[in-house]
Amino acid sequence: MTQETLLKISSSPHVHSGNSISAAMRDVIIALLPATALSIYFFGLYALAIIVTSIASCLLAEYASQKFRKVDITINDYSAALTGLLFALIIPPATPLWLVFIGGTISIVIGKQVFGGLGNNLFNPALVGRAILVASWPVYMTRFVSPFDGVTSATPLGIIGEINKQFAGGLIPDTNLMASLPPLSTLMTGSIAGSLGETSAIALILGGLYLIFKKHIDWKIPLLYISTVFTLALIFNGPYDRLWYATYNIFAGGLLIGAFFMATDWVTSPTTKKGRIIYAIGLGLLTFLIRKGAGLPEGVAYSIILMNMVTPLIDRYTRGRVFGEVKKHG
Amino acid sequence: MKKATFIGGTHIDSFKELTNTYESKKANPPDFVYIPLSQHIGSPCEAKLCVGEEVKMGQVIGKTLGFVSAPIHSSVSGKVVSIEKKAHPAGRFVDCIVIENDKQDTLDGSIVDEPQPEQLNKEQLLKKILDAGIVGLGGATFPTHVKYSPPADTIIDYIILNGIECEPFITADHRIMLEYPEEIVRGLDYILKTTGAKKGIIAIEDNKMDAIQKMNLVCDCHANIEVVICEEKYPQGSEKQLIYAVTNREVPVGGLPLDVGVIVNNVGTAKAICDAVEKNMPLIERMVTVSGTSVDTPSNYIARIGTLFSDLINQSGGYTEENNKIISGGLMMGKTMYSDEVPITKGTSAILVLKDDRKKAPKEQACVRCAKCIDACPAFLEPTRLAILTKRKEFDRLDTEQNIMSCIECGTCSYVCPANIPLVEYIRLGKLGVTKNKKK
Repeated sequence: MTQETLLKISSSPHVHSGNSISAAMRDVIIALLPATALSIYFFGLYALAIIVTSIASCLLAEYASQKFRKVDITINDYSAALTGLLFALIIPPATPLWLVFIGGTISIVIGKQVFGGLGNNLFNPALVGRAILVASWPVYMTRFVSPFDGVTSATPLGIIGEINKQFAGGLIPDTNLMASLPPLSTLMTGSIAGSLGETSAIALILGGLYLIFKKHIDWKIPLLYISTVFTLALIFNGPYDRLWYATYNIFAGGLLIGAFFMATDWVTSPTTKKGRIIYAIGLGLLTFLIRKGAGLPEGVAYSIILMNMVTPLIDRYTRGRVFGEVKKHG
Repeated sequence: MKKATFIGGTHIDSFKELTNTYESKKANPPDFVYIPLSQHIGSPCEAKLCVGEEVKMGQVIGKTLGFVSAPIHSSVSGKVVSIEKKAHPAGRFVDCIVIENDKQDTLDGSIVDEPQPEQLNKEQLLKKILDAGIVGLGGATFPTHVKYSPPADTIIDYIILNGIECEPFITADHRIMLEYPEEIVRGLDYILKTTGAKKGIIAIEDNKMDAIQKMNLVCDCHANIEVVICEEKYPQGSEKQLIYAVTNREVPVGGLPLDVGVIVNNVGTAKAICDAVEKNMPLIERMVTVSGTSVDTPSNYIARIGTLFSDLINQSGGYTEENNKIISGGLMMGKTMYSDEVPITKGTSAILVLKDDRKKAPKEQACVRCAKCIDACPAFLEPTRLAILTKRKEFDRLDTEQNIMSCIECGTCSYVCPANIPLVEYIRLGKLGVTKNKKK
């Protein structure tokens, strides 16, 4: 080899792990497949229509925003598709398709692209979409139906919220209301009224474990989030059996899908180890506080949005010491 | 038994099976050697002879000009052809002494077996190490005699021999441990005597069980020497991470291993010290791994300093692919060469020849705050944060708030980043900026 054919040089390292954002996003979509399949089983082809509409609106919004911002089009990196799928899974199964389309668009445009696209958003995009829809179209966003027959019915947490109100008002809770709560076993399979993909505990846990196994998420976030809610429910059990109420709080509502799939979102959760612990416990506190004390039956979405908001602060104040930085007092 | 390790790091495919079971070969002495006058950290040497002069093998050809320096010896016998600037694996052009090899290997008169090496005292041992031009053979090439001359009140508790070799492909230290275990342990004995340290530790990663067994066997009769098994994890071989794994001591930011009573040497350095003490043999050859996916027969060679990379690659059967990249050192921290006509120096542990796939490398994306770099950083830094601050040129914050100078540039952050951000490159720029900023 002569001087004329100089080799190209480059900076180390000369090898890469092969990790990629799109592979991780794809894995999250895979992890959501059991819950997605069950939602179609429980709520029929209309559920599929919601999912397709939601994903399509997200992809379209991503494409249009990126065209408008004159940046690279990245609709095939699975990130917008994941937002679309997540958004579909956290809205009621009877949501009209036009509203789904608006929600998906809001998720991407207001939830993500106005901040500068992937990596820069402060809030979980799907949750932004949901929160805005709940505020703007509350009638549609609070009408839940039971699986298979599509009859309007209350969610388990909705029933518990009713009972809580009676109990807080000094009344003896209505026994009929108590009896109408579905048993824990039904919560596990998911044959209950609720948002599309949040009803089946087993499907969500399965997906969550897959993400932990693939090392995409920090197991400490779901574990601490769920155990904080569990512990608080054990202590402040109201008129219920302690253990039953604590377990019920985990499996009912959006806690599992929130803990495994949204609280663990890379972009919007803290990056420091200590920070993730504070974040997860904060999530648990807020969720239980809203469920127990606020006028709303469910608090997962708002808790995550609120904790997303303090994530930069948590990161700043939980920066660890550098290796070799002298420990104080010895 | 619990394996020693550090916090952070990552697992990397090792590719060591290409070479680790094959005995090293003596590389054919080349017709010409190109010996750079700077092969160590510190001041370069001054040429001690003129063009046309005859030299013997092991004769001093470059003499030191300062304390932090190490003399350079001829690795062959023959005649000085020229003294010219040549490309150096470190990337610069450096004065090289070109010697035509007469293939006689006529030894310099100073190279005689030491009759009673165990009788030598501290000062005599230190002088032999200095005269033999011994530098750290792990790659840092810090002059060894300087390491052994700490301030008077320093107490050294441990000498750690680094047999970790956590970089993929490289098996040079592995082969040294298998082929020269006695020399390594005797070398460690001399080091202990020179430094007054009480205990010697040989640290080996658990992917080299055969070397662990062999070293254990030799160490059995030495009460003050112990083999410590470390978990296979990159960058376990990094000095500060190794000290933490083995002794649970943390070298302070900006400090030296001496500050925690430890000196770390490569196993190859110990072997070189043994040769220097017992045979008065200077450092004129070293073990080099020639490996990679684009070389015909990957092997380990004991090669004379000054042999060209191209020569060793040819002895390994040459290139099997067009369009390669050549790396001096490891896959994670080595430097790419712009030519294969660079000489092996005292710090060349490996020559890697790989298919050049840089064109296919994915584009840098935005950080998604996955924190993989933060979790993996063995220095507990926040690489993504450092990259952002570097882009913003906030050098004061990088220095005082983020401690960017603690980065050991191991490359783990770039390796794990799913967004393909060249984090360690940004950090290098940031460090450069901090240094320049301070000079202002």
